[in-house]
Amino acid sequence: MAVVKADLEACQGYANCVVGAEDYFDIDDDGVVVLLRAEVSESDRGRVEEAARSCPVSALLVEDQ
Amino acid sequence: MTSTVIVGSSVGGVRTAQALRSEGYDGEVVLVGEESELPYDKPPLSKGLLAGTATADSVRLLTQDAADRAGIRLLLGHRATRVDVAANLVELQGHDPLRYDHLVVATGARARPSPWGERPGIHVVRVLRDAQLLRQDLLDGGHVVVVGAGFIGAEVASTARLLDLEVTLVDPLPVPMSRVLNPEVGGWFVDLHRRHGVRSIFGVGVEAIDGELGDFTVRLTDGSELAAAVVVVGIGAEPNDGWLRSSGLVVDNGLVCDQYCRAVDADNVFGVGDVARWFHPGYGAEMRVEHWTNAVDQAVCVAHNIAHPDDLRVYAPVEYVWSDQHDWKVQVVGRTSGTTEHVVVGDPAEDNRFAVLYTRDGTTLSGAAVVNWPRALIGCRRALRDGSRLAQVHDALTAQASKVQE
Repeated sequence: MAVVKADLEACQGYANCVVGAEDYFDIDDDGVVVLLRAEVSESDRGRVEEAARSCPVSALLVEDQ
Repeated sequence: MTSTVIVGSSVGGVRTAQALRSEGYDGEVVLVGEESELPYDKPPLSKGLLAGTATADSVRLLTQDAADRAGIRLLLGHRATRVDVAANLVELQGHDPLRYDHLVVATGARARPSPWGERPGIHVVRVLRDAQLLRQDLLDGGHVVVVGAGFIGAEVASTARLLDLEVTLVDPLPVPMSRVLNPEVGGWFVDLHRRHGVRSIFGVGVEAIDGELGDFTVRLTDGSELAAAVVVVGIGAEPNDGWLRSSGLVVDNGLVCDQYCRAVDADNVFGVGDVARWFHPGYGAEMRVEHWTNAVDQAVCVAHNIAHPDDLRVYAPVEYVWSDQHDWKVQVVGRTSGTTEHVVVGDPAEDNRFAVLYTRDGTTLSGAAVVNWPRALIGCRRALRDGSRLAQVHDALTAQASKVQE
Protein backbone atom coordinates (compact mmCIF):
# COMPACT_ATOMS: atom_id res chain seq x y z
CA MET A 1 0.00 0.00 0.00
CA ALA A 2 1.29 3.44 -0.91
CA VAL A 3 0.89 6.44 1.36
CA VAL A 4 1.06 10.17 0.75
CA LYS A 5 3.06 12.36 3.13
CA ALA A 6 3.05 16.13 3.51
CA ASP A 7 5.79 18.45 4.76
CA LEU A 8 3.65 20.99 6.61
CA GLU A 9 6.61 23.31 7.15
CA ALA A 10 7.36 23.49 3.44
CA CYS A 11 3.74 23.94 2.31
CA GLN A 12 2.94 27.49 1.26
CA GLY A 13 -0.65 27.08 0.17
CA TYR A 14 -0.26 27.10 -3.62
CA ALA A 15 -3.23 24.68 -3.76
CA ASN A 16 -2.11 22.87 -6.91
CA CYS A 17 -2.55 19.56 -5.06
CA VAL A 18 -6.18 20.39 -4.28
CA VAL A 19 -6.89 21.10 -7.91
CA GLY A 20 -5.15 17.86 -8.88
CA ALA A 21 -6.80 15.53 -6.35
CA GLU A 22 -9.37 17.18 -4.11
CA ASP A 23 -10.41 13.84 -2.62
CA TYR A 24 -6.92 13.65 -1.04
CA PHE A 25 -5.91 17.27 -0.34
CA ASP A 26 -7.41 20.42 1.09
CA ILE A 27 -6.06 23.73 2.42
CA ASP A 28 -6.95 24.91 5.94
CA ASP A 29 -7.69 28.44 7.13
CA ASP A 30 -3.99 29.04 7.79
CA GLY A 31 -3.17 28.11 4.21
CA VAL A 32 -1.57 24.76 5.02
CA VAL A 33 -2.30 21.46 3.28
CA VAL A 34 -4.63 18.97 4.97
CA LEU A 35 -4.40 15.28 4.03
CA LEU A 36 -7.96 14.02 3.73
CA ARG A 37 -6.63 10.47 3.57
CA ALA A 38 -3.13 9.07 3.72
CA GLU A 39 -3.46 5.65 2.09
CA VAL A 40 -3.36 5.70 -1.69
CA SER A 41 -5.08 2.87 -3.51
CA GLU A 42 -3.30 1.37 -6.52
CA SER A 43 -5.96 2.73 -8.87
CA ASP A 44 -5.49 6.29 -7.54
CA ARG A 45 -1.73 6.17 -7.39
CA GLY A 46 -0.90 7.78 -10.75
CA ARG A 47 -3.32 10.63 -10.20
CA VAL A 48 -2.11 11.32 -6.64
CA GLU A 49 1.54 11.16 -7.73
CA GLU A 50 0.81 13.72 -10.41
CA ALA A 51 -0.97 15.97 -7.90
CA ALA A 52 2.01 15.63 -5.54
CA ARG A 53 4.45 16.56 -8.30
CA SER A 54 2.40 19.69 -9.04
CA CYS A 55 3.51 21.13 -5.69
CA PRO A 56 5.84 24.09 -6.40
CA VAL A 57 7.82 23.48 -3.21
CA SER A 58 7.87 19.65 -3.33
CA ALA A 59 6.01 19.37 -0.04
CA LEU A 60 4.24 16.13 -0.99
CA LEU A 61 5.53 12.61 -1.50
CA VAL A 62 3.84 9.35 -2.44
CA GLU A 63 5.81 6.32 -1.30
CA ASP A 64 5.44 2.62 -0.59
CA GLN A 65 4.87 1.84 3.03
CA MET B 1 10.11 -1.12 -27.78
CA THR B 2 8.43 2.22 -28.43
CA SER B 3 10.34 5.33 -27.52
CA THR B 4 9.34 8.79 -26.38
CA VAL B 5 11.97 11.50 -26.74
CA ILE B 6 11.42 14.62 -24.66
CA VAL B 7 13.47 17.66 -25.68
CA GLY B 8 13.89 20.13 -22.82
CA SER B 9 15.02 19.27 -19.29
CA SER B 10 13.23 21.97 -17.32
CA VAL B 11 10.01 21.39 -15.40
CA GLY B 12 7.80 20.67 -18.43
CA GLY B 13 10.13 17.99 -19.77
CA VAL B 14 10.88 16.40 -16.40
CA ARG B 15 7.24 16.25 -15.38
CA THR B 16 6.28 14.73 -18.74
CA ALA B 17 8.86 11.98 -18.24
CA GLN B 18 7.63 11.26 -14.70
CA ALA B 19 3.96 11.43 -15.68
CA LEU B 20 4.51 8.93 -18.52
CA ARG B 21 5.48 6.38 -15.86
CA SER B 22 2.55 7.33 -13.61
CA GLU B 23 0.28 6.82 -16.64
CA GLY B 24 1.66 3.32 -17.11
CA TYR B 25 3.77 3.98 -20.21
CA ASP B 26 6.26 1.12 -20.57
CA GLY B 27 8.31 2.31 -23.56
CA GLU B 28 11.70 3.98 -23.47
CA VAL B 29 11.75 7.57 -22.12
CA VAL B 30 14.68 9.79 -23.12
CA LEU B 31 15.02 13.27 -21.65
CA VAL B 32 17.31 15.53 -23.69
CA GLY B 33 18.68 18.76 -22.21
CA GLU B 34 20.90 21.47 -23.65
CA GLU B 35 22.45 22.26 -20.28
CA SER B 36 24.77 19.73 -18.65
CA GLU B 37 23.24 20.54 -15.26
CA LEU B 38 20.90 18.00 -13.73
CA PRO B 39 17.35 19.34 -14.17
CA TYR B 40 16.54 22.19 -11.78
CA ASP B 41 13.56 24.35 -10.96
CA LYS B 42 13.41 27.92 -12.24
CA PRO B 43 11.11 29.90 -9.90
CA PRO B 44 13.79 30.06 -7.15
CA LEU B 45 16.29 31.70 -9.53
CA SER B 46 14.88 35.18 -8.89
CA LYS B 47 14.24 34.48 -5.20
CA GLY B 48 16.00 31.90 -3.01
CA LEU B 49 19.00 31.33 -5.27
CA LEU B 50 19.70 35.05 -5.49
CA ALA B 51 19.11 35.54 -1.78
CA GLY B 52 21.35 32.60 -0.89
CA THR B 53 18.64 30.63 0.93
CA ALA B 54 18.55 28.02 -1.87
CA THR B 55 21.38 26.28 -3.71
CA ALA B 56 21.64 24.52 -7.06
CA ASP B 57 21.34 21.19 -5.25
CA SER B 58 18.27 22.23 -3.26
CA VAL B 59 16.29 23.10 -6.40
CA ARG B 60 16.94 19.93 -8.42
CA LEU B 61 13.86 18.54 -10.16
CA LEU B 62 15.44 15.14 -10.72
CA THR B 63 18.54 13.35 -9.51
CA GLN B 64 20.36 10.66 -11.49
CA ASP B 65 19.10 8.11 -8.94
CA ALA B 66 15.49 9.18 -9.30
CA ALA B 67 15.82 9.12 -13.09
CA ASP B 68 17.28 5.59 -12.95
CA ARG B 69 14.51 4.37 -10.66
CA ALA B 70 11.84 5.77 -12.99
CA GLY B 71 13.52 4.38 -16.09
CA ILE B 72 14.21 7.84 -17.52
CA ARG B 73 17.35 8.07 -19.65
CA LEU B 74 19.00 11.46 -19.20
CA LEU B 75 20.88 12.84 -22.18
CA LEU B 76 22.20 16.17 -20.91
CA GLY B 77 24.55 18.66 -22.54
CA HIS B 78 23.21 18.10 -26.05
CA ARG B 79 21.27 20.78 -27.84
CA ALA B 80 18.57 19.57 -30.22
CA THR B 81 19.18 21.15 -33.61
CA ARG B 82 16.54 19.76 -35.96
CA VAL B 83 13.58 17.41 -36.31
CA ASP B 84 13.07 15.16 -39.32
CA VAL B 85 9.32 14.59 -39.02
CA ALA B 86 9.12 12.14 -41.93
CA ALA B 87 11.88 9.94 -40.52
CA ASN B 88 10.88 10.41 -36.83
CA LEU B 89 14.38 11.58 -35.94
CA VAL B 90 15.69 14.32 -33.65
CA GLU B 91 19.15 15.60 -34.48
CA LEU B 92 21.40 16.60 -31.61
CA GLN B 93 24.65 18.49 -31.26
CA GLY B 94 27.47 16.10 -30.38
CA HIS B 95 25.31 12.95 -30.44
CA ASP B 96 23.80 10.55 -32.95
CA PRO B 97 20.21 11.34 -33.99
CA LEU B 98 17.48 9.80 -31.82
CA ARG B 99 14.59 7.87 -33.31
CA TYR B 100 11.21 8.43 -31.66
CA ASP B 101 7.70 7.09 -31.76
CA HIS B 102 6.55 10.17 -29.86
CA LEU B 103 8.37 13.47 -29.58
CA VAL B 104 7.69 16.01 -26.85
CA VAL B 105 8.86 19.56 -27.49
CA ALA B 106 9.48 21.22 -24.12
CA THR B 107 12.28 23.64 -24.92
CA GLY B 108 10.76 26.51 -22.98
CA ALA B 109 11.54 30.16 -23.50
CA ARG B 110 14.62 32.35 -23.19
CA ALA B 111 14.92 35.80 -21.68
CA ARG B 112 14.48 38.59 -24.19
CA PRO B 113 18.04 39.93 -24.44
CA SER B 114 19.04 43.40 -23.36
CA PRO B 115 18.54 45.78 -26.31
CA TRP B 116 21.08 48.09 -24.65
CA GLY B 117 24.05 45.79 -25.05
CA GLU B 118 25.11 42.56 -23.37
CA ARG B 119 28.27 42.53 -21.26
CA PRO B 120 29.39 41.62 -17.73
CA GLY B 121 27.22 43.36 -15.15
CA ILE B 122 24.15 43.53 -17.41
CA HIS B 123 22.03 40.54 -16.40
CA VAL B 124 18.98 38.61 -17.42
CA VAL B 125 17.61 35.87 -15.15
CA ARG B 126 16.53 32.70 -16.90
CA VAL B 127 18.94 29.83 -16.24
CA LEU B 128 20.92 28.73 -13.19
CA ARG B 129 24.15 30.28 -14.44
CA ASP B 130 22.37 33.66 -14.85
CA ALA B 131 21.26 33.61 -11.21
CA GLN B 132 24.72 32.54 -9.97
CA LEU B 133 26.47 35.33 -11.90
CA LEU B 134 23.94 37.93 -10.76
CA ARG B 135 24.30 36.84 -7.13
CA GLN B 136 28.08 37.30 -7.35
CA ASP B 137 27.65 40.82 -8.64
CA LEU B 138 24.97 41.65 -6.05
CA LEU B 139 27.28 40.51 -3.25
CA ASP B 140 29.83 43.08 -4.40
CA GLY B 141 27.27 45.73 -3.44
CA GLY B 142 26.36 49.02 -5.06
CA HIS B 143 23.26 50.46 -6.65
CA VAL B 144 21.13 47.98 -8.62
CA VAL B 145 18.98 49.20 -11.49
CA VAL B 146 16.26 46.76 -12.55
CA VAL B 147 14.68 47.43 -15.94
CA GLY B 148 11.16 46.00 -16.26
CA ALA B 149 8.70 45.78 -13.37
CA GLY B 150 6.91 42.58 -14.37
CA PHE B 151 7.09 39.51 -12.15
CA ILE B 152 10.80 38.75 -12.70
CA GLY B 153 11.95 42.35 -12.34
CA ALA B 154 9.80 42.89 -9.25
CA GLU B 155 11.09 39.69 -7.66
CA VAL B 156 14.72 40.57 -8.35
CA ALA B 157 14.14 44.05 -6.92
CA SER B 158 12.59 42.63 -3.76
CA THR B 159 15.38 40.04 -3.36
CA ALA B 160 17.99 42.78 -3.80
CA ARG B 161 16.29 44.72 -0.99
CA LEU B 162 16.49 41.60 1.20
CA LEU B 163 20.23 41.74 0.58
CA ASP B 164 20.04 45.35 1.80
CA LEU B 165 21.01 46.85 -1.54
CA GLU B 166 19.92 50.18 -2.94
CA VAL B 167 17.48 49.38 -5.77
CA THR B 168 15.82 51.40 -8.52
CA LEU B 169 13.07 49.81 -10.62
CA VAL B 170 12.46 51.34 -14.07
CA ASP B 171 9.53 50.61 -16.36
CA PRO B 172 8.08 52.49 -19.35
CA LEU B 173 4.52 51.94 -18.09
CA PRO B 174 3.27 54.51 -15.55
CA VAL B 175 1.66 51.68 -13.50
CA PRO B 176 3.49 48.48 -14.49
CA MET B 177 1.01 45.85 -13.34
CA SER B 178 -1.99 47.80 -14.64
CA ARG B 179 -2.36 45.86 -17.87
CA VAL B 180 -2.71 42.53 -16.10
CA LEU B 181 -4.45 43.56 -12.90
CA ASN B 182 -5.99 46.98 -13.81
CA PRO B 183 -4.78 50.44 -12.72
CA GLU B 184 -6.15 50.48 -9.17
CA VAL B 185 -4.58 47.14 -8.23
CA GLY B 186 -1.42 48.00 -10.18
CA GLY B 187 -1.12 51.08 -7.99
CA TRP B 188 -0.96 48.92 -4.88
CA PHE B 189 2.11 47.20 -6.33
CA VAL B 190 3.74 50.60 -6.84
CA ASP B 191 3.04 51.35 -3.16
CA LEU B 192 4.36 47.92 -2.14
CA HIS B 193 7.75 48.64 -3.72
CA ARG B 194 7.89 52.09 -2.16
CA ARG B 195 7.06 50.72 1.31
CA HIS B 196 9.97 48.32 0.98
CA GLY B 197 12.50 50.92 -0.03
CA VAL B 198 12.63 50.37 -3.78
CA ARG B 199 12.90 53.62 -5.69
CA SER B 200 10.63 53.39 -8.71
CA ILE B 201 10.82 55.37 -11.93
CA PHE B 202 7.74 54.46 -13.91
CA GLY B 203 6.49 55.90 -17.19
CA VAL B 204 10.07 56.34 -18.40
CA GLY B 205 12.05 54.06 -20.71
CA VAL B 206 15.74 53.27 -21.04
CA GLU B 207 17.63 54.95 -23.88
CA ALA B 208 21.06 53.40 -23.41
CA ILE B 209 23.37 51.78 -20.92
CA ASP B 210 26.94 53.12 -20.91
CA GLY B 211 29.94 52.05 -18.87
CA GLU B 212 30.88 48.75 -17.33
CA LEU B 213 30.34 46.49 -14.32
CA GLY B 214 30.51 48.57 -11.15
CA ASP B 215 30.28 51.83 -13.07
CA PHE B 216 27.28 51.92 -15.41
CA THR B 217 25.29 54.96 -16.46
CA VAL B 218 21.70 54.13 -17.38
CA ARG B 219 20.36 56.91 -19.59
CA LEU B 220 16.59 57.31 -19.52
CA THR B 221 14.21 58.60 -22.19
CA ASP B 222 13.39 61.71 -20.15
CA GLY B 223 17.05 62.75 -20.34
CA SER B 224 17.93 61.78 -16.77
CA GLU B 225 20.72 59.39 -15.82
CA LEU B 226 21.17 56.73 -13.15
CA ALA B 227 24.51 55.50 -11.89
CA ALA B 228 24.46 51.70 -11.35
CA ALA B 229 26.89 49.01 -10.26
CA VAL B 230 24.68 46.27 -11.70
CA VAL B 231 21.81 46.31 -14.21
CA VAL B 232 19.14 43.61 -14.44
CA VAL B 233 16.95 43.43 -17.54
CA GLY B 234 13.59 41.70 -17.10
CA ILE B 235 11.61 42.54 -20.21
CA GLY B 236 9.92 39.26 -21.06
CA ALA B 237 10.72 36.00 -22.79
CA GLU B 238 10.63 34.43 -26.24
CA PRO B 239 9.84 30.77 -27.04
CA ASN B 240 12.75 28.50 -27.97
CA ASP B 241 11.20 27.36 -31.24
CA GLY B 242 13.93 28.32 -33.73
CA TRP B 243 15.29 24.74 -33.92
CA LEU B 244 11.91 23.58 -35.28
CA ARG B 245 11.77 25.98 -38.21
CA SER B 246 13.31 23.66 -40.78
CA SER B 247 11.11 20.74 -39.67
CA GLY B 248 7.96 21.70 -41.52
CA LEU B 249 6.08 21.80 -38.18
CA VAL B 250 3.87 24.88 -37.84
CA VAL B 251 5.71 27.41 -35.69
CA ASP B 252 4.17 30.78 -34.91
CA ASN B 253 5.46 32.30 -31.69
CA GLY B 254 5.65 28.75 -30.33
CA LEU B 255 4.93 25.26 -31.67
CA VAL B 256 1.30 25.36 -32.83
CA CYS B 257 -0.71 22.49 -31.31
CA ASP B 258 -4.31 21.31 -31.23
CA GLN B 259 -6.54 20.92 -28.17
CA TYR B 260 -4.78 17.63 -27.32
CA CYS B 261 -1.40 19.44 -27.39
CA ARG B 262 -0.37 17.61 -30.58
CA ALA B 263 1.47 19.58 -33.26
CA VAL B 264 -1.22 20.51 -35.77
CA ASP B 265 0.33 18.56 -38.61
CA ALA B 266 2.15 15.74 -36.80
CA ASP B 267 0.08 13.48 -34.54
CA ASN B 268 3.11 12.03 -32.75
CA VAL B 269 4.70 15.38 -31.84
CA PHE B 270 3.49 17.18 -28.70
CA GLY B 271 4.16 20.58 -27.14
CA VAL B 272 4.53 21.24 -23.40
CA GLY B 273 5.13 24.46 -21.46
CA ASP B 274 6.36 27.89 -22.55
CA VAL B 275 7.16 26.77 -26.11
CA ALA B 276 3.68 25.37 -26.84
CA ARG B 277 0.92 27.41 -28.46
CA TRP B 278 -2.13 25.23 -28.21
CA PHE B 279 -5.85 25.57 -28.86
CA HIS B 280 -7.70 26.07 -25.57
CA PRO B 281 -11.18 24.63 -26.21
CA GLY B 282 -12.69 26.43 -23.19
CA TYR B 283 -11.63 29.85 -24.48
CA GLY B 284 -11.90 28.97 -28.17
CA ALA B 285 -8.50 30.54 -28.79
CA GLU B 286 -4.84 29.65 -29.18
CA MET B 287 -2.73 30.37 -26.13
CA ARG B 288 0.88 30.26 -25.06
CA VAL B 289 1.41 30.45 -21.31
CA GLU B 290 4.75 30.96 -19.53
CA HIS B 291 3.72 29.74 -16.09
CA TRP B 292 5.21 26.92 -14.00
CA THR B 293 1.85 25.31 -13.23
CA ASN B 294 0.88 25.34 -16.89
CA ALA B 295 4.03 23.40 -17.80
CA VAL B 296 3.26 20.81 -15.09
CA ASP B 297 -0.43 20.44 -15.99
CA GLN B 298 0.29 20.28 -19.71
CA ALA B 299 2.97 17.64 -19.04
CA VAL B 300 0.39 15.43 -17.34
CA CYS B 301 -2.08 15.89 -20.20
CA VAL B 302 0.53 15.08 -22.84
CA ALA B 303 1.81 12.05 -20.93
CA HIS B 304 -1.76 10.78 -20.70
CA ASN B 305 -2.36 11.31 -24.41
CA ILE B 306 0.84 9.46 -25.33
CA ALA B 307 0.11 6.56 -22.97
CA HIS B 308 -3.62 6.36 -23.83
CA PRO B 309 -4.11 7.29 -27.49
CA ASP B 310 -7.63 5.82 -27.44
CA ASP B 311 -8.68 8.12 -24.61
CA LEU B 312 -7.36 11.54 -25.68
CA ARG B 313 -7.81 14.32 -23.14
CA VAL B 314 -8.30 17.96 -24.14
CA TYR B 315 -6.20 20.55 -22.36
CA ALA B 316 -8.37 23.37 -21.00
CA PRO B 317 -6.71 24.67 -17.83
CA VAL B 318 -7.53 27.69 -15.68
CA GLU B 319 -4.32 29.76 -15.70
CA TYR B 320 -2.44 30.09 -12.42
CA VAL B 321 0.71 31.98 -11.58
CA TRP B 322 2.32 33.21 -8.40
CA SER B 323 4.95 35.77 -7.53
CA ASP B 324 6.72 36.54 -4.26
CA GLN B 325 7.37 40.25 -3.86
CA HIS B 326 8.53 41.70 -0.55
CA ASP B 327 5.97 40.51 2.05
CA TRP B 328 3.32 39.69 -0.56
CA LYS B 329 2.62 36.22 -1.90
CA VAL B 330 0.72 37.14 -5.02
CA GLN B 331 -1.37 34.48 -6.75
CA VAL B 332 -3.23 35.18 -9.96
CA VAL B 333 -5.74 32.74 -11.36
CA GLY B 334 -7.93 32.82 -14.46
CA ARG B 335 -8.29 35.91 -16.63
CA THR B 336 -7.74 39.30 -15.05
CA SER B 337 -6.69 41.45 -18.00
CA GLY B 338 -8.95 43.09 -20.56
CA THR B 339 -11.45 44.09 -17.88
CA THR B 340 -11.63 46.84 -15.31
CA GLU B 341 -14.68 45.49 -13.52
CA HIS B 342 -13.65 44.05 -10.19
CA VAL B 343 -14.51 43.87 -6.51
CA VAL B 344 -12.08 43.68 -3.59
CA VAL B 345 -12.41 41.60 -0.44
CA GLY B 346 -10.10 42.67 2.36
CA ASP B 347 -7.97 45.77 2.54
CA PRO B 348 -4.45 45.88 1.10
CA ALA B 349 -3.44 48.77 3.38
CA GLU B 350 -4.95 47.42 6.60
CA ASP B 351 -4.28 43.70 6.92
CA ASN B 352 -1.87 42.94 4.06
CA ARG B 353 -4.21 40.23 2.81
CA PHE B 354 -6.85 40.62 0.13
CA ALA B 355 -8.48 39.19 -2.96
CA VAL B 356 -9.48 41.02 -6.12
CA LEU B 357 -12.26 39.31 -8.08
CA TYR B 358 -12.62 40.07 -11.78
CA THR B 359 -15.50 39.65 -14.19
CA ARG B 360 -15.68 40.07 -17.94
CA ASP B 361 -19.42 39.76 -18.43
CA GLY B 362 -20.49 41.50 -15.21
CA THR B 363 -21.86 38.27 -13.70
CA THR B 364 -19.43 35.36 -13.84
CA LEU B 365 -16.06 35.26 -12.09
CA SER B 366 -13.35 35.37 -14.79
CA GLY B 367 -10.23 35.63 -12.64
CA ALA B 368 -8.78 36.62 -9.29
CA ALA B 369 -5.65 38.11 -7.78
CA VAL B 370 -5.09 36.94 -4.21
CA VAL B 371 -2.43 38.20 -1.81
CA ASN B 372 -1.37 36.33 1.35
CA TRP B 373 -4.63 34.36 1.51
CA PRO B 374 -4.34 30.72 0.34
CA ARG B 375 -7.83 29.73 1.52
CA ALA B 376 -9.37 32.41 -0.71
CA LEU B 377 -7.19 31.25 -3.57
CA ILE B 378 -8.53 27.72 -3.44
CA GLY B 379 -12.08 29.07 -3.32
CA CYS B 380 -11.41 31.13 -6.43
CA ARG B 381 -9.76 28.22 -8.27
CA ARG B 382 -12.77 26.01 -7.57
CA ALA B 383 -15.21 28.78 -8.52
CA LEU B 384 -13.43 29.34 -11.84
CA ARG B 385 -13.48 25.64 -12.60
CA ASP B 386 -17.21 25.51 -11.84
CA GLY B 387 -18.11 28.77 -13.62
CA SER B 388 -19.46 30.37 -10.43
CA ARG B 389 -21.07 33.79 -10.21
CA LEU B 390 -19.00 36.71 -8.97
CA ALA B 391 -21.56 37.61 -6.28
CA GLN B 392 -21.51 34.09 -4.88
CA VAL B 393 -17.70 34.05 -4.60
CA HIS B 394 -17.72 37.54 -3.13
CA ASP B 395 -20.16 36.48 -0.40
CA ALA B 396 -18.19 33.34 0.40
CA LEU B 397 -14.88 35.21 0.70
CA THR B 398 -16.44 37.99 2.77
CA ALA B 399 -17.73 35.38 5.24
CA GLN B 400 -14.33 33.72 5.18
CA ALA B 401 -12.61 37.04 5.90
CA SER B 402 -14.72 37.76 8.97
CA LYS B 403 -14.22 34.20 10.21
CA VAL B 404 -10.44 34.56 10.01
CA GLN B 405 -10.55 37.88 11.86
CA GLU B 406 -12.50 36.45 14.80
